[in-house]
Amino acid sequence: MSAPAPNPTTAAVFFAGVKSALTSVFFLVLSGTYIGIGALTHDYGFSPWWLALSSILVWASPGQVILISSLGLGAPAIEAAIAVSLSAIRLFPMVVALLPLLRGPGTRTRDLLLPTHFTSVSMWVESLRLLPAMARNRRIAFCNGLSVGYMATAVAFGFVGYYLAAKLPPLFAGALLFLTPLSFLISTARNAKMLVDRLALVLGLMIGPLLAYWHVGLDLMWTGVIGGSLAYGFQRLREGLR
Amino acid sequence: MSGTASGLWPYLLLILVGFLPNEIWRALGLVLARGLNEDSELVVWSRAVATAILAGVIAKLILFAPGALAGIPLVVRVAAAACGFIAFLAAKRSVFAGVLVGEAILLVAGFIAGP
Repeated sequence: MSAPAPNPTTAAVFFAGVKSALTSVFFLVLSGTYIGIGALTHDYGFSPWWLALSSILVWASPGQVILISSLGLGAPAIEAAIAVSLSAIRLFPMVVALLPLLRGPGTRTRDLLLPTHFTSVSMWVESLRLLPAMARNRRIAFCNGLSVGYMATAVAFGFVGYYLAAKLPPLFAGALLFLTPLSFLISTARNAKMLVDRLALVLGLMIGPLLAYWHVGLDLMWTGVIGGSLAYGFQRLREGLR
Repeated sequence: MSGTASGLWPYLLLILVGFLPNEIWRALGLVLARGLNEDSELVVWSRAVATAILAGVIAKLILFAPGALAGIPLVVRVAAAACGFIAFLAAKRSVFAGVLVGEAILLVAGFIAGP
């Protein structure tokens, strides 16, 4: 990312981040994903403002989909909270990997609060790609601009999906709802580079519906713990044999 | 449906069930942002758990579809997802191609199957 001037102001760096967000491939991914989530929000009976607030506060599309679908299906709050929390564990290593890139000699912890909250897949992938080539004192402002660009995209297209789902004929509304599982399935497969991740994806696809069909309590938590641990154990076993 | 409840209750649920259980992992990352790398065993295992949960949600959304999607037959939903996935693999792992093909098949087959 080239700087617009030798000594750009913080605002200029921030807006360079916003611009970078709106012109990246994740702009398309986020619009599609949040149109789908907007449609889901409509069909489960939540308000579009509730969705907007959840995009700002939760800011993790898997967590938001779990929240909307489990509360919408009438799952107990504690079950929904556990499933959301388990889906968010991945944010922890992401924050751990991102902050060293942002931290400079004079960085205060409170400067890192916003980037920490903004951490999500889209912003994380782009930050790790773009920040290393950038002067250290510009990185936080750029990262905040990038994140605000992505978040605004998510909020705006959440409204679009909500109102489209309300107005479209059933077949097209159904196709909007289908965007969420379809795009999540494919982007999760793309992100699964190691055997353990691919196995976890396949096992989760099989175990999740089975446990739900048998009405097992905390079905999503068990899907994660059983499917994830089996996948992890299999990879360890294979490494041990080699 | 708790989602249809009026007033502040859905917003309270959003904070307690959505925001806090999610944000705690980011906060933990800020506090403990040293000494863990992406290949540590704990990180690999937790990523596998998160992936399996997400896969469970995906499968449930396709099989036990919500709202308007339930009007499209189950066999069409599963076939569209499978074709989208195959298109993704065929098109050099392009997410865009996979989503496009999956949606196109859902719309055409859903239209032929009728309401």
